[in-house]
Amino acid sequence: MTAAHISTRKTHTRSARSAWRPVVMTLVLAFLYLPLALVALYSFSESKVSGVMKGFTWDWYAKLMHDGAIGQALRTSLRVAAFSCLISAPLATLGAIGLAARETRKTGFTKLTNGVRGLIEGVTVLPVMLPEVVLGMSLMAAFSMVGMRFGIWTLVAAHTTFCVPYVYLIVKSRLAGLDPQMVEAARDLGARPARAFLDVTLPLILPAIVSGMLLAVAMSFDDVIISMFVNGAQTTTLPLKIFSSLRAGVTPEINALCTIMLGVVCLIVALSQLLRNDKKGGTDHNETNTII
Amino acid sequence: MRRRKEPLLALPMTVWMLLFTALPLIYILGISFYQRDETWGVTSILTLDNYRRLFDPVYIRVFADSIGLAVQATLLSLLAGYPFAYAMSKAKPKRRAALMLLVIIPFWTSSLMRIYGWMILLQANGPINSMLLKLGVIARPAKLLFTHGAVLLGMVYTLLPFMILPCHTAIERLDARVTDAARDLGASPARAFLTVTLPLTVPGILSGCMLVFVPTMGLYYVYDLLGGGKGAILGRVIHDQMLSARNPPFGAALSVALIALTGVVVALQRRLGGKDIGFF
Repeated sequence: MTAAHISTRKTHTRSARSAWRPVVMTLVLAFLYLPLALVALYSFSESKVSGVMKGFTWDWYAKLMHDGAIGQALRTSLRVAAFSCLISAPLATLGAIGLAARETRKTGFTKLTNGVRGLIEGVTVLPVMLPEVVLGMSLMAAFSMVGMRFGIWTLVAAHTTFCVPYVYLIVKSRLAGLDPQMVEAARDLGARPARAFLDVTLPLILPAIVSGMLLAVAMSFDDVIISMFVNGAQTTTLPLKIFSSLRAGVTPEINALCTIMLGVVCLIVALSQLLRNDKKGGTDHNETNTII
Repeated sequence: MRRRKEPLLALPMTVWMLLFTALPLIYILGISFYQRDETWGVTSILTLDNYRRLFDPVYIRVFADSIGLAVQATLLSLLAGYPFAYAMSKAKPKRRAALMLLVIIPFWTSSLMRIYGWMILLQANGPINSMLLKLGVIARPAKLLFTHGAVLLGMVYTLLPFMILPCHTAIERLDARVTDAARDLGASPARAFLTVTLPLTVPGILSGCMLVFVPTMGLYYVYDLLGGGKGAILGRVIHDQMLSARNPPFGAALSVALIALTGVVVALQRRLGGKDIGFF
């Protein structure tokens, strides 16, 4: 589709008038990246005051490694991210497959089931639309009503809940881009539905599942607001720890921590993009959802 | 028959989302009509006081401030995001893919870290102030951090990718032949843009506006870190009602109001010709 656009595009757009474009791009990109670059830069500064560049040192990284509180927060965050990713991925993948099954059906299901499907999908993607603070406070209220102890499991439940819609949307768009004839061919050749799924569908949607999982990990790792409502006294996640240090006045240790996190994020994004751009067999139905 | 079972695969997800999204929301809708208990909790006395309290001038002010901030953040994001999206969609495919990646990376990056970058930049002895001092623009360090401007900047900064991506999608999907036709018929580039490109990309603009407007009212950590916690936005007040004032029924009423506000924004977006959650 995109290729067609480009080939039909005429030369109208190539004129001196388009000189503003590089300017806008540079400005916006500078706006987006300057603060990140500064955080990284000052992590190497010898000065104790963040924001003053003096000399070069790895000390803050070394200090970071020996900071017990941050280590503990990191472990909590990793555990929560791992659990919520491992729970949300199968839930959302099966959900996307289950709901897509109705979508492609030609006969048999009535309008009512379409309505039900819409309703289920509506509830599933609700956390995307809902302000985070609402989801956080409603989960907190509900957990305390049923008397759940706030701690790692309330965090996992909450994080899983906001991860499911994203994984669901990614897998759904991949499924929609699949050629249904491939599964039909497998069925015609005698494969049972489960077999056709495992041998044909699953390998084709696997990149989407993995990239959904990566996103889930990244989102869980970054969440501030919802975690603030559902964490327990002993389970401070890394973003909550960073938040409280930022409010208290920062040390370059936090810069070092943020720089490491930025590096990890870049790796994850690169990995996820590679997976999503793998065009073998099927592409995403909606190319725009590269955002996630 | 053989395929009928497939929809059952969606059952676990459905149950999970009902339990952890739908039920909690119904629950807070419920408690918003009850009186608070002394410590943390809810009594069984029905009341409309929580909603009446929303009309207290203090909270009217909070709503007005939150909406005002959201409107400003949305407009600024649009002003920066749309031209960028436009330029991006006109770039060569390879370059465009790279740009896309550059827009996405901040989206994945810890939002706290990004706000922290601005804290460094804006602080009294930070780079911006020292540069301005050196250039002689100002005589004493200006107060940049903990201002309304800083909060606005932080919101735009945090949410800009959400404006760029739907706008980019809309512009990219626009059939280039339509604008070419306008040009062939003698329209100036500016006129072709205003009468053809802009109206046709309104759905993308609306999605972007919605995706910036709604979160702005709730992102209270931006508010805390760059605004120094002065004044209040809705998210902050809800947070305080739940975690400091320990008044869940009123927190619930505020949340219901925020949901209603979100609903109005979404309805408005659809009404004006926006599409389903734009960028998915």
